[in-house]
Amino acid sequence: MEFDWAGETPKFLMLMYGLIAFVAVVGGLLLLLDVVPAWFARRQEAQLVAASTSGTPLPRRRKPREGLFALFFLLPTLLLLMIGLVVPAIRTTLLSVMNRDGSSWVGLDNYGWMFSEDSIIQVLTNTLTWVILVPLVATAFGLIYAVLVDKARFEAVAKSLIFLPMAISFVGAAIIWKFVYAYRGEGDQIGLLNQIAVSLGGQPKQWLLESPLNTFLLIVIMIWIQAGFAMVVLSAAIKAIPADIIEAARLDGTTPWQMFWRITMPSIRPALIVVVVTLSIATLKVFDIVRTATNGNYDTSVIANEMYNQAFRYQETGRGSALAVFLFVLVLPLVIFQIRNLRQQREG
Amino acid sequence: MAFARSRQALAIAGVLGLALGATACGTGNDKGSDKTGSAECSQYEKYKGNDGKKVTIYSSIREIEADRLDQSWKEFEDCTGINIDHEGSAEFEAQLPVRVDGGNAPDIAFIPQPGLLKRFADAGKLKEAGADTKAMAEQNYSPDWLKYSTVDGKFYGAPLGSNVKSFVWYSPKTFQEKGWKVPETWDDLIKLSDEIAGSGTKPWCAGIESGDATGWPATDWIEDVLLRTAGPEVYDQWTTHGIPFNDPKVAEAVDRAGTILKNEKYVNGGFGGVKSIATTSFQEAGTPITTGKCALHRQASFYANQWPEGTKVAEDGDVFAFYFPAIDPAQGKPVLGGGEFVAAFADRPEVQAVQTYLASGEYANSRAKIGDWVSANKKLDLNNVPNPVDKLSVGILQDPKTVFRFDGSDLMPAAVGAGTFWKGMVDWINGKDTATVLQGIESSWPK
Repeated sequence: MEFDWAGETPKFLMLMYGLIAFVAVVGGLLLLLDVVPAWFARRQEAQLVAASTSGTPLPRRRKPREGLFALFFLLPTLLLLMIGLVVPAIRTTLLSVMNRDGSSWVGLDNYGWMFSEDSIIQVLTNTLTWVILVPLVATAFGLIYAVLVDKARFEAVAKSLIFLPMAISFVGAAIIWKFVYAYRGEGDQIGLLNQIAVSLGGQPKQWLLESPLNTFLLIVIMIWIQAGFAMVVLSAAIKAIPADIIEAARLDGTTPWQMFWRITMPSIRPALIVVVVTLSIATLKVFDIVRTATNGNYDTSVIANEMYNQAFRYQETGRGSALAVFLFVLVLPLVIFQIRNLRQQREG
Repeated sequence: MAFARSRQALAIAGVLGLALGATACGTGNDKGSDKTGSAECSQYEKYKGNDGKKVTIYSSIREIEADRLDQSWKEFEDCTGINIDHEGSAEFEAQLPVRVDGGNAPDIAFIPQPGLLKRFADAGKLKEAGADTKAMAEQNYSPDWLKYSTVDGKFYGAPLGSNVKSFVWYSPKTFQEKGWKVPETWDDLIKLSDEIAGSGTKPWCAGIESGDATGWPATDWIEDVLLRTAGPEVYDQWTTHGIPFNDPKVAEAVDRAGTILKNEKYVNGGFGGVKSIATTSFQEAGTPITTGKCALHRQASFYANQWPEGTKVAEDGDVFAFYFPAIDPAQGKPVLGGGEFVAAFADRPEVQAVQTYLASGEYANSRAKIGDWVSANKKLDLNNVPNPVDKLSVGILQDPKTVFRFDGSDLMPAAVGAGTFWKGMVDWINGKDTATVLQGIESSWPK
């Protein structure tokens, strides 16, 4: 079919506006970042020159000006944070105590609904299963792998193999695994898992239909993706253990077992915490895998998926917001813990 | 250094600005009224007087279907000078409320869910249709249709395209080879199913997997059967929650549908057992008919576009459809279907002119000639409908004996119609019993 350039003009215009807006904003920022510090520098220079010629002591009020200066640099970030994060967060919280179209107050009804509806309790238990299993298993797997391949002969290749799934998006991974779990009632199986089951003399199964097995099968997808992340971070931490500590331990005659528990583990503790917390946050927010693989059917839904469904598909804005707030409350302590941990590390 | 960089950025901005200026010059609206005096424009006389005005339309219609739409109102645009700007989106249902609530509503939206239309009407966002539009719609569409875009006595727009859902797809070739007859009553349908099952083939195939809309084909099944067992009045009460969702009559209809859908002897030809219905995509669900692994597949008229390349869709071809037979002759000829409504968020004269034109017989025939389109418009000439299934559909829609009812899940609140009803059907196929499933859906109905 011939492409109708004239007919598509509005779209190109839109694209053009977008590009211009982008250039204007970025160009403007660059200009400001260039001009304003230069202006401050020139002023200071002029003051210095004036001070040196007149022989008077240098002006001492530099602190407040620096504060102003910092504020100038923080302003765009603060503004964007305000528009993109603070305002929506407040609005979501307000919506969560309102009815479905935000026209009247209902108090904590939406929260009450969340903890009384069987299907939502199922969603919460599923999320709990996810958040317990994924960080633990992915970190454990990553750690064991990192220790085993450390200084092995094909270390680089072995690590790449585990790290590769990180490059695949959650949606892509979910589709790949959907094929692994695929079922055909008649003829040849196209799913790896069913083919294995059949060649071992078993019956093909509809893996994704059976609760609670299906939730575990979905969790496997997340672990498959995230183990690589855990492995890379932990492997770097292991390599950063000072050689003299290891040497001293060797001289004292430690067994590999003691080496792992007494030397490796305490040394990589900060990295371990970072990995577990990061994975926990990512897992709490998991959406793409569930949505792509089962769309939350067959009792596999998780909070983020249910939140989207309630708010945007069922037009139940109040309930969706309540789920969003609940998710936020769950993630918050982890984030605080992470920040405090990082701060301690920097100070220590 | 930094200064040089920002200068570069400014230069880029400048160049882009120039380019924009140039494009803007190139797009001067040359859809002028040079044709307005010609003979073919005489039929658009009553829409005149809005030259150079623009009307934006938002819908879920995309790609080739959207091109056909543009083509269908091209003459109208040329003659009246009204510029129709149509935008189709795959996220229409989710995005339209966002756009409307955000103060960025299109002039017109083609809304396929009367439930969504009612929501906008109740919120005062929709504009009542003009007198001309109303007169045109009443002239061309049956009251069965118009009541779906009438909220509290106010009329919000005429239907546009439609589809007929009460179809069973089959292979005329296979039927002829095996000596099977197209059933005309429910009993014949069951007899035929038993005969096919006896010959070692599973007669029915079905699939309800449809991404984030998984479950909808099963809701159509239930609605179609309920319309046949309980009749249109009960059906209307059910969709408006006049009777509970789990009324015994509904339970009876679900169980009746279950005698086919949950019958291991009948399903699921080409795919496996009953549970494979849940994971079979609706697009591929009917394809075993072409390979003889299945004989019957209940799905809407639009399934005509899903057959593998090279399949001849015709009464004497590889596949065709017959009317899903009635159960109780006293209930007439119930037909389940869907369609979209031309609702407006603005009442400028040019918007109303477009609304009126889209309700007219001229438009229906203009669009039908381009192909792959069905409408309940009474002025639509069957000779202008090229494709056999569409012809069959239009014939059914225009049949005075037809009792038309809109797809129930589109009438219910989204939390049920696009939520728990779909999910409930998935659970039902997956082995849950009828009472539990219906009770669950009933308790989710927004109070």
